[in-house]
Amino acid sequence: MKKLLTANEAIARGFYEAGGSVASAYPGTPSTEILENISNYKDELYCEWAPNEKVALETAIGAAIVGARSLAAMKHVGLNVAADPLFTAAYTGINAGLVIICADDPECHSSQNEQDNRHYARSAKIAMLEPSNSQEAKDMVRMALEISEEYDVPVMMRTTTRVNHSKSVVEIGERTELPMKPYTKDRMKYDAIPAISRQLHKKIEKRQLKLAEYSDSCALNFIVDNGAKVGVVAAGAAYQYSRDVFGDKANFFKVGMSYPMPIEAIRKFAMGLDKLYVIEELDPFMEEEIRAAGIDCIGKEIIPVCGELNSSIIRKAVFGEELPLAEVKTTVVGRPPALCAGCPHRGAFVQLGRYYKDAIVCGDIGCYALGGSAPYNAKDCAICMGAGVSLAHGMKKAFNHYGQTDRKVVAVIGDSTFFHTGINSLTGMLWNNGNALVIILDNRTTGMTGHQENPGTGYTLDGGKANIISIEEVVRALGAKNVRTVNPLDLAAMKEALDWGFGLNEPAVIITRYPCALKKYSPEDKEEFGTLDKCIIDAGKCIGCRACVRTGCPALVFNKENKKVVIDQGQCTGCSICMQVCPKDAISKKG
Amino acid sequence: METKNILMVGVGGQGTILASKILSEGLVELGYDVKMSEIHGMSQRGGSVSTQIRYGKEVFAPTIGAGEADIMVSFETMEAARYIGMVKPDAKIIINRYRIFPPDVLAGECDYPDTIIDDLSAKLDVISLDAAGIAAGLGNPKCMNIVLLGALIKGMGLDTADWDSIIAKMVKPQFVELNRKALRAGMDAVE
Ligand SMILES: Cc1ncc(C[n+]2csc(CCOP(=O)(O)OP(=O)(O)O)c2C)c(N)n1
Ligand code: SF4
Ligand code: SF4
Ligand code: SF4
Repeated sequence: MKKLLTANEAIARGFYEAGGSVASAYPGTPSTEILENISNYKDELYCEWAPNEKVALETAIGAAIVGARSLAAMKHVGLNVAADPLFTAAYTGINAGLVIICADDPECHSSQNEQDNRHYARSAKIAMLEPSNSQEAKDMVRMALEISEEYDVPVMMRTTTRVNHSKSVVEIGERTELPMKPYTKDRMKYDAIPAISRQLHKKIEKRQLKLAEYSDSCALNFIVDNGAKVGVVAAGAAYQYSRDVFGDKANFFKVGMSYPMPIEAIRKFAMGLDKLYVIEELDPFMEEEIRAAGIDCIGKEIIPVCGELNSSIIRKAVFGEELPLAEVKTTVVGRPPALCAGCPHRGAFVQLGRYYKDAIVCGDIGCYALGGSAPYNAKDCAICMGAGVSLAHGMKKAFNHYGQTDRKVVAVIGDSTFFHTGINSLTGMLWNNGNALVIILDNRTTGMTGHQENPGTGYTLDGGKANIISIEEVVRALGAKNVRTVNPLDLAAMKEALDWGFGLNEPAVIITRYPCALKKYSPEDKEEFGTLDKCIIDAGKCIGCRACVRTGCPALVFNKENKKVVIDQGQCTGCSICMQVCPKDAISKKG
Repeated sequence: METKNILMVGVGGQGTILASKILSEGLVELGYDVKMSEIHGMSQRGGSVSTQIRYGKEVFAPTIGAGEADIMVSFETMEAARYIGMVKPDAKIIINRYRIFPPDVLAGECDYPDTIIDDLSAKLDVISLDAAGIAAGLGNPKCMNIVLLGALIKGMGLDTADWDSIIAKMVKPQFVELNRKALRAGMDAVE
């Protein structure tokens, strides 16, 4: 049977068909749907969300060591978090196959950087596969698990946004049910203490040579011979773009196993060609390997390092051709992402922006990243998940060192991000007598990536009931004495909490607790938060001051003609933030 | 046959995804190789969204580059202007006369550009339709996306496929009839 699948769906299917048994992941665009789709097969395998990528990978490594084919999935920056287990699992090797899916995001469609994760495979000395469409993605999961078992190596499968999120035709197969591989105790293999690791290092250097030999003959690396004098070496989405751009004017060397590179096969391919292009997204990863082998090629001197490629960019770079464009003059207004109508984060940012303009706000990664944009303008910086609290802590320590003890520094962090790595940052701050203010925006879900469960929501990946880990109890257990939980939709309470937190000369934690406006309420949510009545504006009372509009709620529409605001009833959740800022009491609850 | 490129643009929440799913299902049924690529940004509502569908004998690139789209359907008026750099100069452009105000317009900071359909029509092959009105006439404004899909199918000459049974496969039973009507209404609207 043929089906149109995204690569994420195909990877899930591939893992299922290849007898996969244990999968763990932490959400992150563009990788999130891999585990979500694996959970469709939950009756025949085990899968779970991990609190972060390091935990996800370690869980998968453990399962692979005892003999279950395993998978860990993450976005590119997730592998930074999971790099520690990765480098040593490369030493110990596995028992049953282990595949690590990591999804790069050239163009930063939804990421804080566009790092090229292929370098990880080289530095960790593991094998790497790169699919260029969904069929390959499915097939390569099985191949990855087989290579993993054959060479005793974790195998990384590197994808990019365009591969993860594009649909193409896939042939669906059956599941191969596999027994558990027997586990035998073997300290000399699995116990990475210095004496053993020194030996393991020698072993993996030998494995490198074997993998390189395998790559040269691996069917995932193949040639499309058009009898041309020009050759193109390409992998992933760049291969597909190149096929369109070069047509039959080039021979192609499609790289499917991109580490170790099939260097000798490429050397043979290049022989007799007039020109060899290496077309790849982001860094000159393949190009450097090819040049180092003494093979002449054209690469990054014409192909951009920054951003995503497409056919137009490659066509222009190689042939200097640009397609004619429609010539029209018109005006467009930007449509930047905005916090949803009724977003619980709005209360915190409105009050920070109104009353604490001078405070340094250390942001983090999540929907609340939008707190830095207009109309709130309440963020100074953001680096990576969990960093907000430690950044604020470092700033505060630096200010204190230079005697500027009254500088206000605050960290804002979401609930999923708190459990991801924010918890470590807060531990550091509380241990070292730091005194930044920390606001944990607990919207009862992982909003940004599409509403996954997290350790605080009380549910697991498959919707099963779980232990609710209370943020307030965790924070207190870490030793925070000044902790307050507030409803962020109550602006007065929000301001009062900020005044309190900034007023203390001790560490303080404010937890804002209210569900994301797009969250599907659990029975517990329904009981705790109930429902809200929508708001309406009395046109007779409205003076058009636009104070409500400055809360940035997209349900508020200012009419330029009559200088009044109306509320789009389709969008309004009744959060009442606008009502609380109106100076004329023009806004009220409906019904 | 040469690969054809379709671009669907709109605003998050307008149902471009269902429309493109039905379309690509139909293209597979017609025996084409198909690739479809979505850019859905973050979870929040209201951002600009685009779906690219390529079909032909053998399709390589999953996406469309500048100046490559044969047809563009814009579910929202201004989005047509935002993506105009993606279309061929002789492309067909179907624009929904339906406006969703972006934040700056909502806040009264600037006006919604009034002349987009005229600006584009001056140089390009533009058909504009009131898909919201047509959908409302059918009794459910939510089927606006399928009206637009109908217009697109007609515009690409793909009306030979058995769309009635494809719709039956893709939507809930209680909505099949409505969506079939919407698709036909969309086809008729571009005649
Ligand atoms: C290391 C890493 N993993 C995953 C992501 C993807 N990601 C971005 S924000 C986010 C979750 C945010 O959830 P939360 O902190 O609860 O904030 P919300 O979006 O709900 O406001 C994730 C998983 C990332 N940017 N970096
Ligand atoms: S998805 Fe939820 S958390 Fe994110 S902006 Fe919308 S309401 Fe806020
Ligand atoms: S804040 Fe009140 S008075 Fe001012 S524009 Fe809004 S509704 Fe009208
Ligand atoms: S109550 Fe006001 S701020 Fe809240 S969603 Fe409705 S219009 Fe927006």
